[in-house]
Amino acid sequence: MSTTVTTKEPASGIRRAAAGGQAGDSVFSALSLGAGVLILAVLAAVAVFLSLQALPTFRAPAEEISGGAGFFSYIWPLVIGTVVAALIALVIATPLGILVALYISHYAPARIAKPVGYIIDLLAAIPSVVYGAWGTTVLASSLVPFYTWAAEHLGFIPIFSGPASQTGKTMFTAGIVLAIMVLPIITAMSREIFIQTPKLHEEAALALGATRWEMIRMTVLPFARPGIISSVMLALGRALGETMAVALVLSSGPLMASLIQSGNQTIAAEIALNFPEAYGLRLSELIAAGLILFLITLVVNMIARAIIARYKEFSGAN
Amino acid sequence: MFNTASSAPVATPSSGARKARLTSNQRPKWLVPAVGVASIVVGAALSALVGFNVALWAVFAAVLFLVAATLAVSLVEGPRNGADSLVTYLVYTAFVLAVVPLISVIWTVLANGLPGLNANLLLTSMNGVTGATDNAAVAGEAPVLGGAYHAIVGTVSITFWATLMSVPIGLLTAIYLVEYSKGAWLGRSITFFVDVMTGIPSIVAGLFAAALFGLLFGPSTRFGFVAAVALTVLMIPTVVKNTEEMLKIVPNELREASYALGVRKWRTITKVVIPTAISGIASGVTLAIARVIGETAPLLVTAGFATSINWNSFSGWMTTLPTYIYYQILTPTSPTNPDPSLQRAWAAALILIVIVMLLNLIARLVARAFAPKTAGR
Amino acid sequence: MSKRIDVDNLNVYYGDFLAVEDVKMGIDARSVTAFIGPSGCGKSTFLRTLNRMHEVIPGARAEGQVLLDGEDLYGPGVDPVVVRSMIGMVFQRPNPFPTMSIRDNVLAGVKLNSKRISRGDADALVESSLQGANLWNEVKDRLDKPGSGLSGGQQQRLCIARAIAVKPDVILMDEPASALDPISTLAIEDLINELKQDYTVVIVTHNMQQASRISDRTAFFNIQGTGKPGKLIEYGPTSEIFSNPKQQQTEDYVSGRFG
Repeated sequence: MSTTVTTKEPASGIRRAAAGGQAGDSVFSALSLGAGVLILAVLAAVAVFLSLQALPTFRAPAEEISGGAGFFSYIWPLVIGTVVAALIALVIATPLGILVALYISHYAPARIAKPVGYIIDLLAAIPSVVYGAWGTTVLASSLVPFYTWAAEHLGFIPIFSGPASQTGKTMFTAGIVLAIMVLPIITAMSREIFIQTPKLHEEAALALGATRWEMIRMTVLPFARPGIISSVMLALGRALGETMAVALVLSSGPLMASLIQSGNQTIAAEIALNFPEAYGLRLSELIAAGLILFLITLVVNMIARAIIARYKEFSGAN
Repeated sequence: MFNTASSAPVATPSSGARKARLTSNQRPKWLVPAVGVASIVVGAALSALVGFNVALWAVFAAVLFLVAATLAVSLVEGPRNGADSLVTYLVYTAFVLAVVPLISVIWTVLANGLPGLNANLLLTSMNGVTGATDNAAVAGEAPVLGGAYHAIVGTVSITFWATLMSVPIGLLTAIYLVEYSKGAWLGRSITFFVDVMTGIPSIVAGLFAAALFGLLFGPSTRFGFVAAVALTVLMIPTVVKNTEEMLKIVPNELREASYALGVRKWRTITKVVIPTAISGIASGVTLAIARVIGETAPLLVTAGFATSINWNSFSGWMTTLPTYIYYQILTPTSPTNPDPSLQRAWAAALILIVIVMLLNLIARLVARAFAPKTAGR
Repeated sequence: MSKRIDVDNLNVYYGDFLAVEDVKMGIDARSVTAFIGPSGCGKSTFLRTLNRMHEVIPGARAEGQVLLDGEDLYGPGVDPVVVRSMIGMVFQRPNPFPTMSIRDNVLAGVKLNSKRISRGDADALVESSLQGANLWNEVKDRLDKPGSGLSGGQQQRLCIARAIAVKPDVILMDEPASALDPISTLAIEDLINELKQDYTVVIVTHNMQQASRISDRTAFFNIQGTGKPGKLIEYGPTSEIFSNPKQQQTEDYVSGRFG
C-alpha cells in the first residue's frame, strides 16, 4: 500500500510538487469505477450469451424440438409448472411467514424473540439440496396418507383428483418444500418492517383501548403492507428459480391438473435433470428455457423493487 | 399516515352499561388450559375414529383448540377479545409449524448422517467404488466404502476461486457506489442492476457460465473454474449490497476529519473508512460464502461430476458436496441397494450443514468481536 | 509557521444556489478571528472554503480568491489535499478515528499519508502535539487506549492535537465547543488562547460571549431571508463589533434583539 513516501520538509507553498499519492487517487477511483462497470458488463454478458446459445432453438424447425411441436409447446407446460409450484409455496408461506414475523416482533418475550430470529435465519442457511433430500426421503412418504385421503374425499376438485401418488413425490410436496425454503425470506423482511412501526402509533392505539390484535391491525399492518408485498414478491422470485427442491422431490411428467399424482415439471428442474446429458439442439433448448426463466424472475423482481422504491420515502419519514 | 380515529371501533364505548369493576368480564385462569386439555382428548378420540396417528392427532387437537378457545373467550370477554385470542393462538401455531420442519430436517440429517460420518467418508473418494462394492456392504461382507473427500476438495477449490473473484469486484463496486458515484446515473444504474442480479436464479447463473465457456472452448466445456464463475455471479450482488450498507454507516465526520488532515481520498478510504467498517464487511463476505457453498444447481451444469480427487480447477470435472449429495440420492451407486449411497449422502449433508453453520457462526463472531468501539457520546 | 489569509470577491454556490455572496476580508496571522451570525447565514460554509473542505459536499463550489500569504488557494494546479495539510480543521462534534488509539489518532495525519517517521520523532510529535492541546497530562498513561474512550471535551482536544500534529499554518474551528459542557468549553477556550501564539485561528461560534472572550477580530454574517445569500455585514476588532458596531443589523444581533 505504501507506494507514496513524501518528503518530510515542511510545507513551503501550496504549489509545491503535488505530494505523492495523486496518482494513487486516480488509479483507485478508476479501479472502483472499473469494478462497477464490470458488473454491468457481466449482466449484459448473461443476457447476450444465453441469447446466443438459445438462438438455434428459435431457428430450428418445430419437429426437431423435444415433443416435436415447436419450442412454444415445449416450454408452456414448464412455465405453468413453475408458476404452480411457486404459487403453492406462497399460499402456504405467506400467512405462516407473516404470523411468525408477528410472533418475533410483537408476541414473543424479548429473550425468546432473539433466538427465534436466529432459528429462522438458520432455516435460511440450510442448503437447498438438503431440503431436497429431506423432502424426497422424509416429507414425501409421510404425506402419502394425506394424498390418499384427499383423492378419496376431495377427488372432485381437479387438483386433488386421484389416483394419489404412492411415493408422495408430487407437485404438492415440492410446493411444500419450496414454502419452507421461502418462509425465512418473508419472515425476515416482514419482521424488519414490523419492528420499525412507530411506537407512537402503537401506543396511541393501545391508549384508545385496543386489544393487541386491534393495535396490530390498525397500526402495524397498514404501515408494513408495502414491505410485506415486496417480501412476498422476492419470495416468489426465489421460488420460481429454485431448482433442487423440485429436481429431487418431484417425480416429473407431463402437465396435469392434479397436484397429488406424479407429473408436472418446472423449468429449473427440467434444466438440472437434462443438462448433464444434453448436447447440440437439446443444449440450446435448455438454455432457451433458462432464458425464459431469467425473464420471468426478472419481471417479478423488478416489480418487487419498484414497490420497495415507491414506499421507501414513507417508511423513512418516521 | 392514517387516521386512527376514523377506523377505530375501540374508541366508542361498548354498547352495554359501563363496567362496574375493572376485573369484570375477565376469563377465569383455568379456562384456556381446560379448553386445551379437552381439545387434546377429543382430538385423540376423533383421530382414533379415522385411524390413529400422531400427526392427525396434533392437527385435530390444534384445530379444535383454535375454534373452542376462541369461542370460549368470546363468550366470556366479548368478540373483540375473542379475535385477539384467536390471532394470538394462530401466531403461536404458525411459529410451531415453522419450527417443526427445521427440527425434522436437522433430526433427519443427524440421525442418518452420524452413522456414516467416519474417516472413510472424510478421507477417501468414490474412485473405484462400484455397485458391487455397495452390494457387498449391504450383504454384510464389507464395510461401506467410498467417501466425499473429492467433493470436499471440489467445494473448497471452487468456493476459493469464486471468493477470490467476487470479493475484490464486490468491494470495489461498493466503494464506487458509496464514495465516488454520489447518485450519478451510472451509480444508480449499477445499484439497479445489482438488485436485478440478486434475483438471478442460481441455475441461470450456471447456464450463463456454461454458455460463456461453451462459446470460448467448445460445447460441454466443464471444469471447476466454470462453476466458480457461476458462483461469482451469485456472490457479487450479496457482497456489494452488504459492503454498501456497511460503508454507508461509517460516519461522514470521519471522512471529513481525514480530509481536513490533508489525507488523499483513496488513503482516507483504505485507511479510515474500510478499517472502520471491516467487521461488517468481513461478516458479510463470510455469509456470502456460506450461501454459495451450498449451491447445487449451477454446479450441475458447469463442473460435471467426478468420482476421483481433482485439485485442478482449470481442467477436468469436479464434484462438490452439494452435487455429491444430489447424485448419491438421485442415482445411487448401486441401483438395487441404495442404502450405502443414502448413508454417504446424509453424512455429506451433515458435513455441509456443519460447514455452513460454522461460517454463519464465524460471521456473527467477527461482526461482534471487531465492531468499532463506539464513541462515548 | 503562521500565515495570513486574504479573501477577495468570494462567492460560494450549492449547485445554482448562491449561498454566500461577495466576501472580502483579511485575517491576520497569529490572531483569533471569530465568525458570528444566525443559523444558515453561511458562516460555516464560508469557513470551509478557506481550506477547500466545501468540495467534499456534493455540488458545492467557490469562486473568487483566497490568498494564503499571497498564494491563491484556488489558483491553477493547486491540490486541495496540500491546502488542507496547511490549513487544518476542527469540527463541531469531536470525531476521533474509532479504530485508532490515542497515539495513532495524533499521528493520523502523518501515518495516513504514509510519511516515514522514526519512532523517536513520532513519540516527540505525539507529546508535543498533546501538550499543545493541553491533553498530555490527562492521557500520557493510556496512549494505546482507543481515542473514543475519552470524554467529549478530551476528544475535542485530541482532535485539536491531531490537527496541529500536521503542523498547519492555520487552524479552522467550526463551533468546536457547541457539543461540550461548560467546563470542557472553558478548557477549549483556554487552549485557543494559547494556540494563537503559533497559529492563525479562525473560529465559527454561535456563542457571542465566547466570541468576545477569545477573539481579536470578529466578522458578523447575516442573511436577509430564506433563499437569499449570506453576506458579510461587518468585520472589525472584536471590542468594536460588540460595543460600537457600525451597522444597525450588527447592533441588533449582538444586543440580542433578533436571532
